[in-house]
Amino acid sequence: MINVLLFAGIREKAGRDTIRCERKGITVGELKLWLAETYPELADDMKRVMIAVNEEFADDSTVLKDGDQVAVIPPVSGG
Amino acid sequence: MGQQPVPDHFKVVPEPISIEEVVAKVIHPHAGAINTFIGTVREITKGRKTLYLEYEAYVSMAEKQLFKIGQEIAERWPEARVAISHRIGRLEISDIAVVIAVSTPHRADAYEASRYAIERIKEIVPIWKKEFWEDGEAWIGDQLERVAYPSGKPEGLTDD
Repeated sequence: MINVLLFAGIREKAGRDTIRCERKGITVGELKLWLAETYPELADDMKRVMIAVNEEFADDSTVLKDGDQVAVIPPVSGG
Repeated sequence: MGQQPVPDHFKVVPEPISIEEVVAKVIHPHAGAINTFIGTVREITKGRKTLYLEYEAYVSMAEKQLFKIGQEIAERWPEARVAISHRIGRLEISDIAVVIAVSTPHRADAYEASRYAIERIKEIVPIWKKEFWEDGEAWIGDQLERVAYPSGKPEGLTDD
């Protein structure tokens, strides 16, 4: 199982701060597609977010492992 | 031999930031300059009046990314010492959102490294700002006005 953390506008749109994904052996790119299909309200956002795996930015080809902490990172605006 | 950044000097905190405490972390006998950048909540943005802000962070990763900025500064300005604190939660107009302190032997490097730190915060640190106006509210996207990350990562982000 993969725990997907949501933040900021995406968290509000989804109405929750965590989504669980039971799919096994998927890549970061496939996870974004799965999120877009499963939660259509997030589909547009999935085109412009980054994904962090275990607190490091990861590219679309990264394969996710059971227990990974995955986070959806919308464009940042700190400072 | 460069200065290695200290993990404890890079914080994301819900309480007001003490400028003096951040500055104290970089005071050193070899320093001839300490540059302090203080980011505050602005009332008017693009003609619109902000009532207050809320900052949200992926705190554990944000602190790691701030530390990573410290490592980048250590590579570019080996004698610099850096401390950064960023506040989250509700902030009122003129409240302090971020404090960056950089000390170096000579002033030019302190200015440059400080500027580098705030620009990198806006690129790679998972902190988000929501503006509340009299007639609405919105999460503010990428202030660098990129709408997407074509490479899947912020530009300039190294793979290490």
